[in-house]
Amino acid sequence: MARKKLFDVWAIVYLAIFAAYLLFLIYPMFTILQNSVIGENGKLSLEWFTKFFSQKYYSETLIHSFSVTLCTTILSLVIGVPLAYFYNLYEIKGRSLIQVLIILCSMSAPFIGAYAWIQLLGRSGIVTKYIQSSIGITIPNIYGFNGILLVLTLQLYPLVFLYVSGALRNIDNSLLEASDNLGCTGIRRFFKVIIPLCMPTILAAALLVFMRAFADFGTPLLIGEGYRVFPVEIYTQFLGETGTNYNFAAAISVIAIIITAFIFLFQKILSSRFAFTMNALNPIERKKAKGVKGFFIYLYTYVIIGLAFLPQVYIVYQSFQNTSGKLFKPGYSLDSYKTALKRMGDSIPNTFIIGGIALAAVVFLAILISYFVVRRSNLITQAIDTMSMLPYIIPGSVVGIALVMAFNKKPIILTGTVGIMVIALCIRRLPYTIRSSVATLQQIPLTTEEAAISLGASKMKTFFKITVPMMSNGIISGAILSWVTIITELSTAIILYNSKTVTLTLAVYTFVTRGNYGYAAALATVLTALTVISLLIFMKVSKSKEIAF
Amino acid sequence: MSVTINIKNAVKRYGKSTIISGLSLEIREGEFFTLLGPSGCGKTTLLRMIAGFNSIEGGDFFFNGERINMIDPAKRNIGMVFQNYAIFPHLSVKNNVAFGLKNRKYPKDKIESETQKFLELMKIDQFKDRMPNRLSGGQQQRVALARALVIQPDVLLMDEPLSNLDAKLRVEMRQTIREIQKRVGITTVYVTHDQEEAMAISDRIAVMKDGIIQHIGTPKDLYQRPANLFVSSFIGRTNILEAQATVDGASMALNFKDGFQVILNNVKPEFLQNRKVIVSIRPEEFVISENSGEGLRAVVDSSVFLGLNTHYYVHLDSGQEVEIIQESKIDEIISEKHTVFLKVKAEKINVFTEDGGSNILEGVNNDVAAGEEA
Repeated sequence: MARKKLFDVWAIVYLAIFAAYLLFLIYPMFTILQNSVIGENGKLSLEWFTKFFSQKYYSETLIHSFSVTLCTTILSLVIGVPLAYFYNLYEIKGRSLIQVLIILCSMSAPFIGAYAWIQLLGRSGIVTKYIQSSIGITIPNIYGFNGILLVLTLQLYPLVFLYVSGALRNIDNSLLEASDNLGCTGIRRFFKVIIPLCMPTILAAALLVFMRAFADFGTPLLIGEGYRVFPVEIYTQFLGETGTNYNFAAAISVIAIIITAFIFLFQKILSSRFAFTMNALNPIERKKAKGVKGFFIYLYTYVIIGLAFLPQVYIVYQSFQNTSGKLFKPGYSLDSYKTALKRMGDSIPNTFIIGGIALAAVVFLAILISYFVVRRSNLITQAIDTMSMLPYIIPGSVVGIALVMAFNKKPIILTGTVGIMVIALCIRRLPYTIRSSVATLQQIPLTTEEAAISLGASKMKTFFKITVPMMSNGIISGAILSWVTIITELSTAIILYNSKTVTLTLAVYTFVTRGNYGYAAALATVLTALTVISLLIFMKVSKSKEIAF
Repeated sequence: MSVTINIKNAVKRYGKSTIISGLSLEIREGEFFTLLGPSGCGKTTLLRMIAGFNSIEGGDFFFNGERINMIDPAKRNIGMVFQNYAIFPHLSVKNNVAFGLKNRKYPKDKIESETQKFLELMKIDQFKDRMPNRLSGGQQQRVALARALVIQPDVLLMDEPLSNLDAKLRVEMRQTIREIQKRVGITTVYVTHDQEEAMAISDRIAVMKDGIIQHIGTPKDLYQRPANLFVSSFIGRTNILEAQATVDGASMALNFKDGFQVILNNVKPEFLQNRKVIVSIRPEEFVISENSGEGLRAVVDSSVFLGLNTHYYVHLDSGQEVEIIQESKIDEIISEKHTVFLKVKAEKINVFTEDGGSNILEGVNNDVAAGEEA
């Protein structure tokens, strides 16, 4: 009996996944670590770390990244939490549209927002020019810290909104009534009851925002100018025009991972103090927003959402403008689309091929891994679980660099292939998909599977005929969200791509950096349309309307 | 301080549908008053109108003569226990109990001492530093009660507080609630759909159906002299039989289908006419005789021995099925298919008008306000 168990089919599958993680994640990470401690003379040395911390030119990127990320996180919470509160406690007109817009904002690639804001508020932005010519005031510079903060906050507060809205839906109405009944109402209730009840979620959202802001590469590159941050420095050291230094890039990557790991642990410790779960019997009843208070609620909601959505609108507008070379001309046409489509090469097929394969792999692996974690917990499956979560704290550009360093020499050469792009996307996306699959699976009672086995179905058959179909709703909605994040991914792809594997997002980025704003706008609009279609399918499929990142 | 609650012509509408139309009620100072009825009868709606969580579409609510319709729920000085307890999961037991006092800006030492007093009263003193997710259902219930009482409310409102507990704990907790209420002496309004719980705990009960109060009285009143057929069948179990009433002087004879007759002397004068009536006979109001030949003829279908009592399920000649409860005897249980004869304890049975709308016997105590009577 025991011998037979050893050759369980599942054992082969999880050992294979374990091996794959060792090869494609642990080995590249080890390579980065190894490279970071090899000095210029090829010997073991900490000189790169010393260089980083002793020269202000480099070490200040750390301080810059940290301060802009921290400010983004705080500002996203300050904007997102009240928005979620208003949205869920009051009847606000156009709620479903608000929901769609917010999700859409959170899903677009941040650098597109950055470039749109430059078009609006930059040195020669239309708003800047308009204000200058009409009032004669020069608005403050949006390059550098301010610009990064603006773009990232508007990009990331929707995540806070979506997370906190989920938490508010789990608060039972009677808790609010109990609070009212005991004399705690209004703003006092917001701080004494609602915020503490949402605290676990707020902390989770804060961590997510922090990680995204810290690792974001496109935004500071476009709008940061002299304000140099971490991910850009890694990129410059790795692929820069002024001489590259793999070892130094590796060292900076290691520092980045150490910092994010600390933040991750800090958040875990903090949130362990709020260990409670809620389940709403009666969800909160929405009240009508009336009077002066109602006016401010509407004003706040619409202005905040309008600001976040403005870049998207402006880009769509720009995509129809006529261009001459790099300049916009009066008049409207589809010329930008025509030229962009001609010059973009295979980027649309590439997006579907690379994204499609990655999506299939992500879904397949997430189902298997979550099944192992929940139903077949042992040392190896737990190790898989832990490893699969690691990329959560590794910035995307570091994942890219690690893969290049590991697989650009014999025995395995993968650089420049579709394969390495797919692997990178899988590694990056799996932590999120696994978490949501695990949550879905945990809600399915084990007895259903036991019933199938007692009725004579094999373990394999039970898994495919019973478990997977029961998970399917969660899986499909998770898959659509993965798809959207996959097609808008930039920070890893920018390091891994070559001329044959350019995706839509990369094509937009390339046009932006070359200054072909018209073409960039056209392609960005195509990307947005793809995102909208995916989201509409998601909303059709997903009954819960919960967005899990 | 306890209060008298007066409700005059209360109206509740949700959109176009009217849940409660013109309900009036007086709840006496210090009494344990229960709103009892099937789900959807409007009992929780009424309770939430008293609490201030539901809007009031019409009528007046008074606490000790003071109109409270427009007073904010936070200012009504009400203690409330919710169906799911509504314990704040982010606060310890002690902080849950102290929550209301802190909002009232009591001095620190007063908060400390009052909290302690009620933790001890509810016997949850030893859990005071625990978080709620580490409490059992019964303990959470005690926290909810302590939290509601510590603010010294004028009124205690409880919305099906025991429905999430298992049967044994439910009996234990209702005892506790009753004792504490008596000790504190607070006017209490309690909502339940469990008639046994209502009987065990209440001074007076209002039986509600479709937003209308059918009968207000003590548990004994409701059980022994229900105001109408609905109350009679909702409180306890009963058998409903049709009969033809014939009047002879001040007494009334009930003639059942197979010729069996019961003579009653306690019929209200205004109902003394020859008429069709509905007779409600509770299972324990039958007397079985095996051979007498007198009474309703019935055939035993099955029996259940429950120790103290034995339940018999029989059918009459008319085919109607009837349930009978007898004190268990030492002899054999009457076997199936056996023919028996049923007599009734005439002083206990109830007789209603043909539509079931009112009890025609003397001795019905009903506190439903005059304009309210159905």
